[in-house]
Amino acid sequence: MSRFLALIARDLRLVWRRPGDLGMVLAFFAIACVLFPLGIGPETNLLQRIAGGVLWCAALFAALLSLDRLFLADFEDGALDLLLAAPFPLEMAAVAKCVAHWLTTGLPLALLAPLLGVAFDLDGAGIAALCLGLLLGTPTLSLIGALAAALTLGARRGGALMALLALPLCVPTLIFGAGAVEAATTGEGLATHLGLLAALALMALATVPWAIAAALRQAGE
Amino acid sequence: MSRPAANLHFLANPARFRRFVARVLPALWLVTAASLAGGLWLALVTAPVDYQQGHTVRIMFVHVPSAWLSMAGYALLAGLGASLLVWRHPLAALMARAAAPVGACFAAICLLTGSLWGKPMWGAWWVWDARLTSMLLLFFLYLGHIALTRAYDNPDRGDRAAAILALVGVVNVPVIKFSVDWWHTLHQPASVVKIGGPTIHPTILWPLLAMAAALLLLFVALVLMRTDSEIDRRRLELAERPS
Repeated sequence: MSRFLALIARDLRLVWRRPGDLGMVLAFFAIACVLFPLGIGPETNLLQRIAGGVLWCAALFAALLSLDRLFLADFEDGALDLLLAAPFPLEMAAVAKCVAHWLTTGLPLALLAPLLGVAFDLDGAGIAALCLGLLLGTPTLSLIGALAAALTLGARRGGALMALLALPLCVPTLIFGAGAVEAATTGEGLATHLGLLAALALMALATVPWAIAAALRQAGE
Repeated sequence: MSRPAANLHFLANPARFRRFVARVLPALWLVTAASLAGGLWLALVTAPVDYQQGHTVRIMFVHVPSAWLSMAGYALLAGLGASLLVWRHPLAALMARAAAPVGACFAAICLLTGSLWGKPMWGAWWVWDARLTSMLLLFFLYLGHIALTRAYDNPDRGDRAAAILALVGVVNVPVIKFSVDWWHTLHQPASVVKIGGPTIHPTILWPLLAMAAALLLLFVALVLMRTDSEIDRRRLELAERPS
Protein backbone atom coordinates (compact mmCIF):
# COMPACT_ATOMS: atom_id res chain seq x y z
CA MET A 1 0.00 0.00 0.00
CA SER A 2 2.80 2.41 0.85
CA ARG A 3 4.33 1.81 -2.60
CA PHE A 4 0.96 2.50 -4.17
CA LEU A 5 0.73 5.81 -2.30
CA ALA A 6 4.36 6.62 -3.08
CA LEU A 7 3.65 6.19 -6.78
CA ILE A 8 0.63 8.50 -6.57
CA ALA A 9 2.63 11.03 -4.55
CA ARG A 10 5.41 10.95 -7.15
CA ASP A 11 3.00 11.69 -10.00
CA LEU A 12 1.31 14.45 -8.00
CA ARG A 13 4.72 16.00 -7.28
CA LEU A 14 5.59 15.89 -10.95
CA VAL A 15 2.37 17.73 -11.81
CA TRP A 16 2.86 20.16 -8.92
CA ARG A 17 6.26 21.16 -10.24
CA ARG A 18 4.88 21.86 -13.70
CA PRO A 19 1.47 23.39 -12.93
CA GLY A 20 1.27 24.75 -16.48
CA ASP A 21 0.13 21.34 -17.78
CA LEU A 22 -2.89 21.30 -15.49
CA GLY A 23 -3.63 24.95 -16.23
CA MET A 24 -3.58 24.22 -19.94
CA VAL A 25 -6.12 21.39 -19.57
CA LEU A 26 -8.49 23.59 -17.56
CA ALA A 27 -8.02 26.48 -19.98
CA PHE A 28 -8.81 24.15 -22.88
CA PHE A 29 -11.96 22.99 -21.10
CA ALA A 30 -13.10 26.58 -20.53
CA ILE A 31 -12.32 27.84 -24.04
CA ALA A 32 -13.95 24.79 -25.68
CA CYS A 33 -17.15 25.48 -23.71
CA VAL A 34 -17.04 29.19 -24.53
CA LEU A 35 -16.82 28.44 -28.26
CA PHE A 36 -20.25 26.79 -28.32
CA PRO A 37 -22.31 29.88 -27.43
CA LEU A 38 -20.20 31.82 -29.93
CA GLY A 39 -20.91 29.26 -32.63
CA ILE A 40 -24.58 28.62 -31.83
CA GLY A 41 -25.77 32.01 -30.61
CA PRO A 42 -26.55 33.47 -27.19
CA GLU A 43 -30.11 32.11 -26.84
CA THR A 44 -30.43 31.14 -23.19
CA ASN A 45 -33.07 28.43 -23.66
CA LEU A 46 -31.08 26.61 -26.32
CA LEU A 47 -27.83 26.88 -24.34
CA GLN A 48 -29.52 25.58 -21.22
CA ARG A 49 -30.79 22.55 -23.13
CA ILE A 50 -27.45 21.60 -24.70
CA ALA A 51 -25.34 22.52 -21.64
CA GLY A 52 -25.01 18.95 -20.33
CA GLY A 53 -23.82 17.52 -23.62
CA VAL A 54 -21.48 20.40 -24.42
CA LEU A 55 -19.83 20.46 -21.00
CA TRP A 56 -19.43 16.68 -20.97
CA CYS A 57 -17.91 16.56 -24.47
CA ALA A 58 -15.52 19.39 -23.60
CA ALA A 59 -14.52 17.61 -20.37
CA LEU A 60 -13.94 14.39 -22.34
CA PHE A 61 -11.68 16.15 -24.84
CA ALA A 62 -9.84 17.98 -22.07
CA ALA A 63 -9.22 14.71 -20.20
CA LEU A 64 -7.97 13.14 -23.42
CA LEU A 65 -5.65 16.06 -24.09
CA SER A 66 -3.82 15.48 -20.81
CA LEU A 67 -3.17 11.80 -21.46
CA ASP A 68 -0.33 11.85 -23.96
CA ARG A 69 2.26 12.49 -21.23
CA LEU A 70 0.81 9.92 -18.81
CA PHE A 71 3.16 7.06 -19.72
CA LEU A 72 5.30 8.71 -22.39
CA ALA A 73 7.55 10.57 -19.94
CA ASP A 74 8.13 7.34 -17.97
CA PHE A 75 8.69 5.45 -21.21
CA GLU A 76 11.31 7.91 -22.38
CA ASP A 77 13.28 8.36 -19.15
CA GLY A 78 13.32 4.67 -18.24
CA ALA A 79 11.00 4.87 -15.20
CA LEU A 80 8.64 2.47 -16.96
CA ASP A 81 11.39 -0.18 -17.15
CA LEU A 82 11.88 0.18 -13.40
CA LEU A 83 8.14 -0.23 -12.83
CA LEU A 84 8.17 -3.36 -15.01
CA ALA A 85 11.10 -4.82 -13.08
CA ALA A 86 9.88 -3.74 -9.63
CA PRO A 87 8.47 -6.39 -7.25
CA PHE A 88 5.10 -4.63 -7.35
CA PRO A 89 2.10 -5.69 -9.45
CA LEU A 90 2.03 -3.65 -12.62
CA GLU A 91 -1.78 -3.62 -12.42
CA MET A 92 -1.56 -1.72 -9.12
CA ALA A 93 0.98 0.65 -10.63
CA ALA A 94 -1.48 1.27 -13.48
CA VAL A 95 -4.26 2.02 -10.97
CA ALA A 96 -1.93 4.39 -9.11
CA LYS A 97 -1.14 6.26 -12.34
CA CYS A 98 -4.87 6.51 -13.07
CA VAL A 99 -5.66 7.78 -9.56
CA ALA A 100 -2.97 10.43 -9.91
CA HIS A 101 -4.29 11.36 -13.35
CA TRP A 102 -7.83 11.63 -11.99
CA LEU A 103 -6.72 13.80 -9.04
CA THR A 104 -4.95 16.18 -11.42
CA THR A 105 -7.50 16.18 -14.27
CA GLY A 106 -10.92 14.70 -13.48
CA LEU A 107 -11.27 16.34 -10.08
CA PRO A 108 -10.26 19.87 -11.23
CA LEU A 109 -12.55 19.52 -14.26
CA ALA A 110 -15.47 18.52 -12.03
CA LEU A 111 -14.75 21.50 -9.75
CA LEU A 112 -14.47 23.96 -12.64
CA ALA A 113 -17.60 22.64 -14.41
CA PRO A 114 -20.17 24.36 -12.08
CA LEU A 115 -18.74 27.77 -13.02
CA LEU A 116 -19.20 27.01 -16.70
CA GLY A 117 -22.62 25.52 -15.90
CA VAL A 118 -23.65 28.91 -14.50
CA ALA A 119 -22.52 30.52 -17.74
CA PHE A 120 -24.86 28.14 -19.60
CA ASP A 121 -27.69 29.16 -17.24
CA LEU A 122 -28.10 25.72 -15.66
CA ASP A 123 -30.22 25.70 -12.52
CA GLY A 124 -29.02 24.38 -9.16
CA ALA A 125 -30.17 20.81 -9.76
CA GLY A 126 -28.50 20.74 -13.18
CA ILE A 127 -25.22 22.03 -11.77
CA ALA A 128 -25.30 19.46 -8.97
CA ALA A 129 -25.97 16.69 -11.51
CA LEU A 130 -23.12 17.95 -13.71
CA CYS A 131 -20.68 18.06 -10.83
CA LEU A 132 -21.68 14.67 -9.36
CA GLY A 133 -21.75 13.08 -12.80
CA LEU A 134 -18.26 14.33 -13.59
CA LEU A 135 -16.99 13.10 -10.23
CA LEU A 136 -18.37 9.63 -10.94
CA GLY A 137 -17.65 9.57 -14.67
CA THR A 138 -14.15 11.01 -14.98
CA PRO A 139 -12.48 7.99 -13.26
CA THR A 140 -13.77 5.86 -16.16
CA LEU A 141 -12.37 8.39 -18.63
CA SER A 142 -8.99 8.29 -16.83
CA LEU A 143 -8.88 4.48 -16.97
CA ILE A 144 -9.92 4.17 -20.62
CA GLY A 145 -7.66 7.05 -21.60
CA ALA A 146 -4.73 5.45 -19.77
CA LEU A 147 -5.36 2.25 -21.72
CA ALA A 148 -5.34 4.16 -25.00
CA ALA A 149 -2.14 5.95 -23.91
CA ALA A 150 -0.49 2.63 -22.99
CA LEU A 151 -1.53 1.00 -26.28
CA THR A 152 -0.14 3.85 -28.39
CA LEU A 153 3.15 4.18 -26.49
CA GLY A 154 5.80 4.77 -29.13
CA ALA A 155 3.36 4.60 -32.07
CA ARG A 156 3.49 6.90 -35.05
CA ARG A 157 0.94 9.74 -34.78
CA GLY A 158 0.15 8.59 -31.24
CA GLY A 159 -2.08 11.52 -30.30
CA ALA A 160 -4.70 11.17 -33.04
CA LEU A 161 -4.64 7.38 -32.75
CA MET A 162 -5.19 7.66 -28.98
CA ALA A 163 -8.35 9.70 -29.57
CA LEU A 164 -9.61 7.17 -32.14
CA LEU A 165 -9.11 4.32 -29.65
CA ALA A 166 -10.45 6.03 -26.53
CA LEU A 167 -13.47 7.98 -27.78
CA PRO A 168 -15.70 5.05 -28.87
CA LEU A 169 -15.10 3.35 -25.53
CA CYS A 170 -15.99 6.54 -23.64
CA VAL A 171 -19.43 6.84 -25.25
CA PRO A 172 -21.49 5.10 -22.52
CA THR A 173 -20.03 7.42 -19.88
CA LEU A 174 -20.81 10.44 -22.05
CA ILE A 175 -24.40 9.27 -22.65
CA PHE A 176 -25.21 8.72 -19.00
CA GLY A 177 -23.29 11.80 -17.82
CA ALA A 178 -25.07 14.14 -20.19
CA GLY A 179 -28.30 12.25 -19.50
CA ALA A 180 -27.94 12.97 -15.78
CA VAL A 181 -27.79 16.73 -16.43
CA GLU A 182 -30.83 16.56 -18.69
CA ALA A 183 -32.76 14.42 -16.19
CA ALA A 184 -31.99 16.93 -13.45
CA THR A 185 -33.09 19.97 -15.46
CA THR A 186 -36.35 18.29 -16.56
CA GLY A 187 -37.08 17.25 -12.97
CA GLU A 188 -36.64 13.49 -13.35
CA GLY A 189 -34.66 11.53 -10.79
CA LEU A 190 -30.88 11.40 -11.16
CA ALA A 191 -30.37 8.14 -9.33
CA THR A 192 -30.50 5.90 -12.43
CA HIS A 193 -27.95 7.89 -14.40
CA LEU A 194 -25.58 8.37 -11.50
CA GLY A 195 -25.91 4.70 -10.58
CA LEU A 196 -25.05 3.67 -14.14
CA LEU A 197 -22.07 6.05 -14.16
CA ALA A 198 -20.84 4.50 -10.91
CA ALA A 199 -21.38 1.02 -12.35
CA LEU A 200 -19.35 1.90 -15.46
CA ALA A 201 -16.57 3.28 -13.27
CA LEU A 202 -16.48 0.14 -11.11
CA MET A 203 -16.53 -2.11 -14.17
CA ALA A 204 -13.66 -0.14 -15.71
CA LEU A 205 -11.73 -0.28 -12.41
CA ALA A 206 -12.18 -4.06 -12.26
CA THR A 207 -11.13 -4.81 -15.85
CA VAL A 208 -9.10 -2.02 -17.47
CA PRO A 209 -5.99 -2.12 -15.17
CA TRP A 210 -5.21 -5.63 -16.44
CA ALA A 211 -5.38 -4.43 -20.02
CA ILE A 212 -3.20 -1.40 -19.19
CA ALA A 213 -0.62 -3.65 -17.54
CA ALA A 214 -0.62 -6.01 -20.54
CA ALA A 215 -0.17 -3.06 -22.89
CA LEU A 216 2.70 -1.66 -20.79
CA ARG A 217 4.42 -5.07 -20.70
CA GLN A 218 4.37 -5.42 -24.46
CA ALA A 219 5.58 -1.81 -24.80
CA GLY A 220 8.50 -2.55 -22.48
CA GLU A 221 9.60 -5.70 -24.28
CA MET B 1 -0.34 -33.80 -26.69
CA SER B 2 -3.85 -35.19 -26.77
CA ARG B 3 -5.64 -35.64 -30.04
CA PRO B 4 -8.33 -32.86 -29.79
CA ALA B 5 -5.71 -30.30 -28.86
CA ALA B 6 -3.63 -31.38 -31.83
CA ASN B 7 -6.69 -30.92 -34.03
CA LEU B 8 -7.31 -27.47 -32.63
CA HIS B 9 -3.77 -26.29 -33.22
CA PHE B 10 -2.97 -27.95 -36.52
CA LEU B 11 -3.58 -24.74 -38.49
CA ALA B 12 -1.33 -22.64 -36.29
CA ASN B 13 1.69 -23.59 -38.36
CA PRO B 14 1.87 -21.14 -41.30
CA ALA B 15 3.25 -23.71 -43.76
CA ARG B 16 0.48 -26.18 -42.97
CA PHE B 17 -2.05 -23.34 -43.13
CA ARG B 18 -0.85 -22.44 -46.62
CA ARG B 19 -1.20 -26.03 -47.83
CA PHE B 20 -4.68 -26.17 -46.29
CA VAL B 21 -5.71 -22.87 -47.94
CA ALA B 22 -4.31 -23.89 -51.32
CA ARG B 23 -6.43 -27.03 -51.23
CA VAL B 24 -9.63 -25.52 -49.80
CA LEU B 25 -9.83 -22.03 -51.24
CA PRO B 26 -10.71 -22.80 -54.93
CA ALA B 27 -13.59 -25.05 -53.85
CA LEU B 28 -14.66 -22.48 -51.26
CA TRP B 29 -14.82 -19.75 -53.91
CA LEU B 30 -17.01 -21.97 -56.10
CA VAL B 31 -19.40 -22.73 -53.24
CA THR B 32 -19.45 -19.05 -52.27
CA ALA B 33 -20.30 -17.93 -55.81
CA ALA B 34 -23.05 -20.56 -56.12
CA SER B 35 -24.63 -19.76 -52.76
CA LEU B 36 -24.38 -16.01 -53.38
CA ALA B 37 -26.18 -16.48 -56.68
CA GLY B 38 -28.82 -18.67 -55.03
CA GLY B 39 -29.24 -16.31 -52.09
CA LEU B 40 -29.58 -13.26 -54.33
CA TRP B 41 -32.13 -15.06 -56.49
CA LEU B 42 -34.17 -15.96 -53.42
CA ALA B 43 -33.85 -12.46 -52.00
CA LEU B 44 -34.42 -10.40 -55.14
CA VAL B 45 -36.84 -12.62 -57.10
CA THR B 46 -38.79 -15.10 -54.99
CA ALA B 47 -39.13 -13.18 -51.71
CA PRO B 48 -42.55 -11.48 -51.53
CA VAL B 49 -42.89 -7.71 -51.68
CA ASP B 50 -43.74 -6.16 -48.32
CA TYR B 51 -47.23 -4.64 -48.27
CA GLN B 52 -45.99 -1.46 -46.59
CA GLN B 53 -42.39 -1.12 -47.73
CA GLY B 54 -42.59 -2.40 -51.31
CA HIS B 55 -39.35 -3.45 -52.94
CA THR B 56 -37.18 -1.54 -50.46
CA VAL B 57 -37.64 -4.42 -48.03
CA ARG B 58 -35.13 -6.34 -50.17
CA ILE B 59 -32.35 -4.12 -48.79
CA MET B 60 -32.79 -6.11 -45.58
CA PHE B 61 -31.32 -9.24 -47.20
CA VAL B 62 -27.94 -7.52 -47.46
CA HIS B 63 -28.29 -5.15 -44.50
CA VAL B 64 -29.08 -7.65 -41.73
CA PRO B 65 -26.45 -10.31 -42.64
CA SER B 66 -23.82 -7.55 -42.91
CA ALA B 67 -24.69 -6.42 -39.39
CA TRP B 68 -24.43 -9.99 -38.10
CA LEU B 69 -21.11 -10.56 -39.86
CA SER B 70 -19.58 -7.31 -38.71
CA MET B 71 -20.42 -8.25 -35.10
CA ALA B 72 -19.19 -11.82 -35.56
CA GLY B 73 -16.05 -10.43 -37.20
CA TYR B 74 -15.26 -8.37 -34.13
CA ALA B 75 -15.78 -11.43 -31.93
CA LEU B 76 -13.36 -13.25 -34.26
CA LEU B 77 -10.81 -10.44 -33.77
CA ALA B 78 -11.16 -10.82 -30.00
CA GLY B 79 -10.74 -14.60 -30.25
CA LEU B 80 -7.66 -14.18 -32.43
CA GLY B 81 -6.36 -11.57 -29.99
CA ALA B 82 -6.75 -13.96 -27.07
CA SER B 83 -5.06 -16.69 -29.08
CA LEU B 84 -2.15 -14.36 -29.85
CA LEU B 85 -1.74 -13.13 -26.27
CA VAL B 86 -2.19 -16.50 -24.57
CA TRP B 87 -0.60 -19.00 -26.96
CA ARG B 88 1.44 -16.57 -29.09
CA HIS B 89 0.16 -18.16 -32.31
CA PRO B 90 1.99 -16.32 -35.08
CA LEU B 91 -0.87 -16.98 -37.47
CA ALA B 92 -3.48 -15.35 -35.18
CA ALA B 93 -1.79 -11.96 -35.61
CA LEU B 94 -1.72 -12.29 -39.39
CA MET B 95 -5.32 -13.44 -39.53
CA ALA B 96 -6.46 -10.53 -37.31
CA ARG B 97 -4.61 -8.18 -39.65
CA ALA B 98 -6.43 -9.79 -42.58
CA ALA B 99 -9.88 -9.98 -40.95
CA ALA B 100 -10.19 -6.44 -39.54
CA PRO B 101 -10.61 -4.63 -42.90
CA VAL B 102 -13.11 -7.27 -44.07
CA GLY B 103 -15.17 -6.79 -40.91
CA ALA B 104 -14.93 -3.01 -41.27
CA CYS B 105 -16.23 -3.32 -44.85
CA PHE B 106 -19.24 -5.33 -43.67
CA ALA B 107 -19.93 -2.68 -40.99
CA ALA B 108 -19.69 0.01 -43.68
CA ILE B 109 -22.05 -1.96 -45.98
CA CYS B 110 -24.48 -2.30 -43.08
CA LEU B 111 -24.37 1.46 -42.41
CA LEU B 112 -24.72 2.39 -46.09
CA THR B 113 -27.58 0.00 -46.83
CA GLY B 114 -29.24 1.09 -43.58
CA SER B 115 -28.97 4.68 -44.72
CA LEU B 116 -30.47 3.82 -48.13
CA TRP B 117 -33.27 1.93 -46.41
CA GLY B 118 -33.88 4.65 -43.82
CA LYS B 119 -34.47 7.40 -46.38
CA PRO B 120 -37.73 5.96 -47.82
CA MET B 121 -38.85 4.38 -44.52
CA TRP B 122 -38.07 7.03 -41.89
CA GLY B 123 -37.64 9.99 -44.25
CA ALA B 124 -34.03 10.56 -43.16
CA TRP B 125 -30.65 9.23 -44.25
CA TRP B 126 -29.57 8.94 -40.66
CA VAL B 127 -31.32 8.95 -37.30
CA TRP B 128 -29.56 8.96 -33.95
CA ASP B 129 -31.03 5.69 -32.85
CA ALA B 130 -29.22 3.51 -30.35
CA ARG B 131 -28.62 0.67 -32.76
CA LEU B 132 -27.36 2.78 -35.65
CA THR B 133 -25.07 4.62 -33.29
CA SER B 134 -23.60 1.45 -31.84
CA MET B 135 -23.00 0.08 -35.35
CA LEU B 136 -21.18 3.32 -36.18
CA LEU B 137 -19.14 2.88 -33.00
CA LEU B 138 -18.33 -0.70 -34.01
CA PHE B 139 -17.07 0.71 -37.31
CA PHE B 140 -14.84 3.13 -35.39
CA LEU B 141 -13.60 0.27 -33.19
CA TYR B 142 -12.61 -1.55 -36.38
CA LEU B 143 -10.85 1.59 -37.65
CA GLY B 144 -8.96 1.89 -34.35
CA HIS B 145 -7.90 -1.76 -34.60
CA ILE B 146 -6.74 -1.35 -38.21
CA ALA B 147 -4.87 1.88 -37.40
CA LEU B 148 -3.23 0.38 -34.32
CA THR B 149 -1.92 -2.72 -36.12
CA ARG B 150 -0.25 -0.46 -38.68
CA ALA B 151 1.01 2.26 -36.30
CA TYR B 152 4.32 0.68 -35.30
CA ASP B 153 7.57 0.17 -37.15
CA ASN B 154 7.78 -3.21 -35.46
CA PRO B 155 4.66 -5.09 -36.67
CA ASP B 156 4.68 -7.46 -33.67
CA ARG B 157 4.01 -4.55 -31.30
CA GLY B 158 1.08 -3.36 -33.37
CA ASP B 159 -0.36 -6.88 -33.47
CA ARG B 160 -0.20 -7.32 -29.71
CA ALA B 161 -1.53 -3.83 -28.92
CA ALA B 162 -4.44 -4.42 -31.31
CA ALA B 163 -5.10 -7.81 -29.70
CA ILE B 164 -5.53 -6.11 -26.31
CA LEU B 165 -7.76 -3.48 -27.90
CA ALA B 166 -9.94 -6.15 -29.52
CA LEU B 167 -10.41 -7.92 -26.19
CA VAL B 168 -11.43 -4.66 -24.51
CA GLY B 169 -13.61 -3.58 -27.42
CA VAL B 170 -15.51 -6.85 -27.66
CA VAL B 171 -17.50 -5.62 -24.66
CA ASN B 172 -19.15 -3.33 -27.20
CA VAL B 173 -20.57 -6.17 -29.31
CA PRO B 174 -23.17 -7.36 -26.74
CA VAL B 175 -24.02 -3.71 -26.08
CA ILE B 176 -25.06 -3.46 -29.74
CA LYS B 177 -27.21 -6.57 -29.48
CA PHE B 178 -28.97 -5.51 -26.29
CA SER B 179 -29.09 -1.79 -26.98
CA VAL B 180 -32.32 -2.48 -28.89
CA ASP B 181 -33.95 -3.63 -25.69
CA TRP B 182 -32.20 -1.04 -23.48
CA TRP B 183 -32.90 2.15 -25.35
CA HIS B 184 -35.68 0.94 -27.69
CA THR B 185 -36.27 3.94 -29.87
CA LEU B 186 -36.91 4.20 -33.59
CA HIS B 187 -35.37 0.95 -34.74
CA GLN B 188 -37.57 -2.11 -34.72
CA PRO B 189 -36.83 -4.57 -31.90
CA ALA B 190 -34.91 -7.76 -32.65
CA SER B 191 -37.22 -10.20 -34.40
CA VAL B 192 -35.10 -13.15 -35.52
CA VAL B 193 -33.15 -14.19 -32.44
CA LYS B 194 -35.45 -13.97 -29.48
CA ILE B 195 -37.14 -16.12 -26.90
CA GLY B 196 -40.24 -17.87 -28.23
CA GLY B 197 -38.98 -18.39 -31.78
CA PRO B 198 -38.69 -16.00 -34.74
CA THR B 199 -41.62 -13.67 -35.40
CA ILE B 200 -40.50 -13.06 -38.98
CA HIS B 201 -42.51 -14.81 -41.70
CA PRO B 202 -40.84 -17.92 -43.27
CA THR B 203 -41.08 -16.53 -46.82
CA ILE B 204 -38.76 -13.72 -45.69
CA LEU B 205 -36.74 -15.76 -43.19
CA TRP B 206 -35.41 -18.36 -45.66
CA PRO B 207 -33.98 -15.87 -48.18
CA LEU B 208 -32.48 -13.98 -45.23
CA LEU B 209 -30.77 -17.09 -43.90
CA ALA B 210 -29.58 -18.04 -47.40
CA MET B 211 -28.03 -14.60 -47.87
CA ALA B 212 -26.49 -14.80 -44.40
CA ALA B 213 -24.91 -18.17 -45.26
CA ALA B 214 -23.63 -16.88 -48.60
CA LEU B 215 -22.10 -13.74 -47.07
CA LEU B 216 -20.58 -15.82 -44.26
CA LEU B 217 -18.88 -18.00 -46.89
CA LEU B 218 -17.67 -14.84 -48.63
CA PHE B 219 -16.32 -13.55 -45.32
CA VAL B 220 -14.43 -16.80 -44.64
CA ALA B 221 -13.03 -16.98 -48.17
CA LEU B 222 -11.85 -13.36 -48.06
CA VAL B 223 -10.22 -13.79 -44.65
CA LEU B 224 -8.40 -16.99 -45.72
CA MET B 225 -7.19 -15.37 -48.93
CA ARG B 226 -6.04 -12.21 -47.19
CA THR B 227 -4.30 -14.21 -44.42
CA ASP B 228 -2.43 -16.11 -47.09
CA SER B 229 -1.21 -12.89 -48.65
CA GLU B 230 -0.35 -11.46 -45.22
CA ILE B 231 2.02 -14.42 -44.80
CA ASP B 232 3.64 -13.47 -48.10
CA ARG B 233 3.89 -9.85 -47.05
CA ARG B 234 5.49 -10.73 -43.70
CA ARG B 235 8.03 -12.98 -45.42
CA LEU B 236 8.91 -10.19 -47.84
CA GLU B 237 9.36 -7.74 -44.96
CA LEU B 238 11.61 -10.21 -43.15
CA ALA B 239 13.63 -10.78 -46.31
CA GLU B 240 14.03 -7.05 -46.94
CA ARG B 241 14.94 -6.14 -43.37
CA PRO B 242 18.65 -5.22 -43.19
CA SER B 243 20.30 -7.70 -40.83
